[in-house]
Amino acid sequence: MHSLGARSPSIARTRTPGEIVAAATPTSQVGRRIVDRAFLGVCIAFTALAVLLLVVLVVSIWQDGHARLSWQFLSSFASRKTEEAGVRAPLWGSIWVCVICAVAALPIGVGTAIYLEEFSKRSRFRSFIQLNIANLAGVPSIVYGILGLTAFARAFGTANSESPITFGQPESFFYLQLPFGHGVLAGGLTLMLVVLPIVIVSSQEALRTVPASLRTASLALGATQWQTTWNITLPASIPMIMTGGILAMSRAIGEAAPILVLGVPLFIRSTPTNLMSDFTVLPLQIYNWSMRQQSGFHELAAAGIIVLLAVLLTLNALAVIIRHRLQRANG
Amino acid sequence: MNTPPNAPPPRNIDIKPPMTVGAPAVVVAPVADTEHIAIRAQGLDSWYGSVQALKGISLEIPKCRVTALIGPSGCGKSTFLRWINRMNDPIPGARASGTLTLHGDDLLSRSLDVVELRRRVGMVFQKPNPFTKSIYDNVAFGPRLHRSFRRTDLDELVENSLRAAALWDEVKDRLNSSALGLSGGQQQRLCIARAIAVGPEVLLMDEPCSALDPKSTASIEQLIRELETSYTIVIVTHNMQQAARVSDRTAFFFEGTLVECGSTDRIFTNPANKQTEDYVSGRFG
Repeated sequence: MHSLGARSPSIARTRTPGEIVAAATPTSQVGRRIVDRAFLGVCIAFTALAVLLLVVLVVSIWQDGHARLSWQFLSSFASRKTEEAGVRAPLWGSIWVCVICAVAALPIGVGTAIYLEEFSKRSRFRSFIQLNIANLAGVPSIVYGILGLTAFARAFGTANSESPITFGQPESFFYLQLPFGHGVLAGGLTLMLVVLPIVIVSSQEALRTVPASLRTASLALGATQWQTTWNITLPASIPMIMTGGILAMSRAIGEAAPILVLGVPLFIRSTPTNLMSDFTVLPLQIYNWSMRQQSGFHELAAAGIIVLLAVLLTLNALAVIIRHRLQRANG
Repeated sequence: MNTPPNAPPPRNIDIKPPMTVGAPAVVVAPVADTEHIAIRAQGLDSWYGSVQALKGISLEIPKCRVTALIGPSGCGKSTFLRWINRMNDPIPGARASGTLTLHGDDLLSRSLDVVELRRRVGMVFQKPNPFTKSIYDNVAFGPRLHRSFRRTDLDELVENSLRAAALWDEVKDRLNSSALGLSGGQQQRLCIARAIAVGPEVLLMDEPCSALDPKSTASIEQLIRELETSYTIVIVTHNMQQAARVSDRTAFFFEGTLVECGSTDRIFTNPANKQTEDYVSGRFG
């Protein structure tokens, strides 16, 4: 109030905001509308392009492969004769490694997230871990394959891979050997490495959505940090954690590269019977078939893709259902 | 642990002589009143990092009375409150020195069992924060943390806590429905019931009515008056009328210091300090 009057003595009184606005030059209303419309159009076009690409992909795959889809395709092993070949071994292999991956990755990932979000103090150590997890999420999966090969399949070369130490009979469900070799256990654990950063980050996001006031309320009642986490924070965030976990599993089931690096046999005529069993997975079988010359195998590959997509969609649908169920139970 | 409050002190006692500006903050209570003092602070300093939030607070809070802490935002009254149940602990850089005792137990000791302290000192927050659980489970949550109960005992405890919080009649038919379906005022009374259920000696209330409508506020204020017979209550409020209505003693904080403390009647009608007078009469803050 003081400076205005001092600098411009010619102005008799201060102008109100309304008067200043009225005196300013109007911008083009029509121009603003056009830019608005144009931007909306561009957004719609890009969205439509993405949907179109998906539709083209699904339709072309369906046309190539739907003739091969049958119960026989699902229940037969791979074969040199295209009309007898099926995905029984890779389908069961995928299911086995996916379950092993989930059983290993969820507790470790959620546990790490709980430590980082609920227990660790803001320290250099914590930001170091946080930075590394963020970096690990961007590492190509084939690198994890090499790590899995070294750590799980060969146990860092500490034991002789040719004559492993064995526990139990090879036919038994509880058969174990050290190092693991390229069985389903090594495969599942390798996929665990791939998805662990995703599980950790999505669980952290989930824990962060729980209002601080609930934690405070629990602590003020004399709950320990663990009682607060177990009774309040985890139940409130479990729908989001489960969603993140299942999406990570659908990433795992689509991975081919890390499994390929493990050195699994490409031609298998058995389903896994224990953790050490040989296996292959759907993406590898699809890769294998699409490399062949004969067009019959290309149709098999397309049919395999349809099966893989069906498994993925089922998993994603499961994530949505679980989220809705738990949200209603919590609400 | 203390004995139950079977011999409450006479009302409107003025434990400390009124203070004047610049007077030394440490005032020792008369010996006869010692057993009626629940919480005693002497020369309490507190920092958040390098910012000093409390400067030499000396304050005595009588047992089974309502003590109101008033003062403008940022004056340190909430900080003081949160040292009583050590809810400042998780805040990075928060520390305190001086003396703060609850019935003679050192509250600033490193070896203090914070979990046990928080069982003895319940807290009600500014915004109602019921858990996303049923009404029953909200009240039973605290007790279950500390002891294991027979189902019938737990039912009785939940009922009595809800009765003490004047909520039982409104919720007795829907104990298993979600606590989030209650109104704001009901949620806040549920939070009080939840705090009572662990059997505390002290109830801390940090602006418990500021998110509530006038009708709910009235019901909470009445409840505070009823709870006073069994609990030592410390309430932080920005509402002068509320402090005058619900409290026996009032402490006025300003910029981290305790300016004046005395019986509510005297603070509001005949304050010894000019700043207190300006604040309670609404001239500043």
